[in-house]
Amino acid sequence: MNRFALVLGLADDALIAAQRLAEWVANAPELEEDVALANIALDTLGRARVLLAHAGEIEGAGRNEDDLAMLRDEREFTNVQLAELENGHFGTTIARLWLYSTWQLTWWEALTSSTDETLAAVAQKSIKELRYHVDHGERWVRRLGDGTEVSHERMQDGLDRVWPHVAELFTNWVGTDLIEQGVTVAPATLEARCRERWAHVINEATLSTPQVPTVPGGGRRGIHTESMGYLLAEMQHMARSHPGATW
Amino acid sequence: MYGNDFGPSANEGEDVRPIDDAAAQVRFDALLADDERIEPRDWMPAGYRKTLIRQIAQHAHSEIIGMQPEGNWITRAPSLRRKAILLAKVQDEAGHGLYLYSAAETLGAERDELTEMLITGRQRYSSIFNYPAVTWADVGAIGWLVDGAAIVNQVPICRCSYGPYARAMIRICKEESFHQRQGFELLLTLSRGTDHQRTMLQDAVDRWWWPSLMMFGPPDDASPNTAQSMAWGIKRHTNDELRQRFVDMTVPQADVLGVSLPDPDLELVDDHWRHGPIDWDEFNAVLRGEGACNRQRIEHRTTAHTDGAWVRDAAAAYAEKHQRAAA
Ligand SMILES: [Fe+2]
Ligand SMILES: [Fe+2]
Repeated sequence: MNRFALVLGLADDALIAAQRLAEWVANAPELEEDVALANIALDTLGRARVLLAHAGEIEGAGRNEDDLAMLRDEREFTNVQLAELENGHFGTTIARLWLYSTWQLTWWEALTSSTDETLAAVAQKSIKELRYHVDHGERWVRRLGDGTEVSHERMQDGLDRVWPHVAELFTNWVGTDLIEQGVTVAPATLEARCRERWAHVINEATLSTPQVPTVPGGGRRGIHTESMGYLLAEMQHMARSHPGATW
Repeated sequence: MYGNDFGPSANEGEDVRPIDDAAAQVRFDALLADDERIEPRDWMPAGYRKTLIRQIAQHAHSEIIGMQPEGNWITRAPSLRRKAILLAKVQDEAGHGLYLYSAAETLGAERDELTEMLITGRQRYSSIFNYPAVTWADVGAIGWLVDGAAIVNQVPICRCSYGPYARAMIRICKEESFHQRQGFELLLTLSRGTDHQRTMLQDAVDRWWWPSLMMFGPPDDASPNTAQSMAWGIKRHTNDELRQRFVDMTVPQADVLGVSLPDPDLELVDDHWRHGPIDWDEFNAVLRGEGACNRQRIEHRTTAHTDGAWVRDAAAAYAEKHQRAAA
């Protein structure tokens, strides 16, 4: 596993999460939430763009952010499946956003001391943004969990749907050489902190930690859920219909 | 966008306050005469309040409904840079809706009520959004022409006699002019692109040109409310004056883009670009609900609002619970 694959995986996590979240714009439960979700999607897309450009530079084959985003096939995308899960109802989206952001925050906090200078710089910016994303997610988990009977049920339902994809976040996919060089940390080292925070908020929100079977995952190997193909078809069709065009 | 009055709402019966305070009327007239701002605490004639609520609400609804045709393209934007620009733009429009609903609230009209009026068809929004955005070039054409027309309409509202509306508009205009430039730049990129991109560009301009001229509303001799709105300092220029300003501004830009405008009568007379006759039958048909997207736009808004009810209820219930706990 080389540095290109690491950066590309991190880029795909952000790109695909942003693409999903952006689907909410003009559909949110209130205008303030249209603004907030767009804001989070923009931060996340911004991170994806820097990382894709960085991956392209490391690769040195002349691929830019758009080549990497628009012209790769599904099996070449290495984001975690959590990022691509369909929005479902608002409780499901919040569950995904919250779990994803908490996990991302721990990643990027760790990468602030990465020996890859670009990654360290991205980390500095990202942790500020992600703190807000986590906060936004936690507020909704509490409000929905401890709001009405209906919202409690839906928040729990959302968590139950997304939870099977949590284990994948901590499975090892980065090379020991990159860890030894101080480029990254092992994903497993993030697990205890994430799970502790999740348990705390779930408890505050009067919800329960889901008791649901874990799915095999495989996003880091380019194995995705069936919904991923549609996401990519929509995202990529313009660029692929007009090869070589500049937009 | 828009800041135009699209005609009466279906249920304008109730007056907000009686107008028999002669001294208050004198003061109100004096404020208008001195070109001062009317503020929420000031006395105002019921008709002034009603007209403002209607216009601000229609303006807010237009911002929100206007998120749909472009929002529709966010997931399909052809490059990540364009995706980010478009996402930010649609987000801005939601923000514009929020400022405007707040301005309407200062007149005693709650956002919930106004949303209800929108989704039950009792209040209008700008008809331009009943046209479909069918290609990527439409995103640029909307920015260039629709945001462009909106700016021409809205800049004078920065001097509207009602303070909160005028102040909301100052903020909004800055962002709209940004949108207009981004739309133009998108189209300029297409104009320098492949044959296919240039065809897409011309096609979009052909479809959006006339509807954007219609955004300024009926011609002056068919705009019965204009005189009163101008006397109240809500409106500063007539529909035809604003339309002319827009055409004069836009024709040279079309030249830069290398597109033709779909108007054989367009000619320069005494330093003004005179356009040919506007198809007001089409305008009225769209207003009556016969546009391509009237039904779709309202259904979309209704679905988002209805599907979100449980979320808003939860937020309210949570806030109440925790306020009580804190008290
Ligand atoms: Fe706007
Ligand atoms: Fe705009």
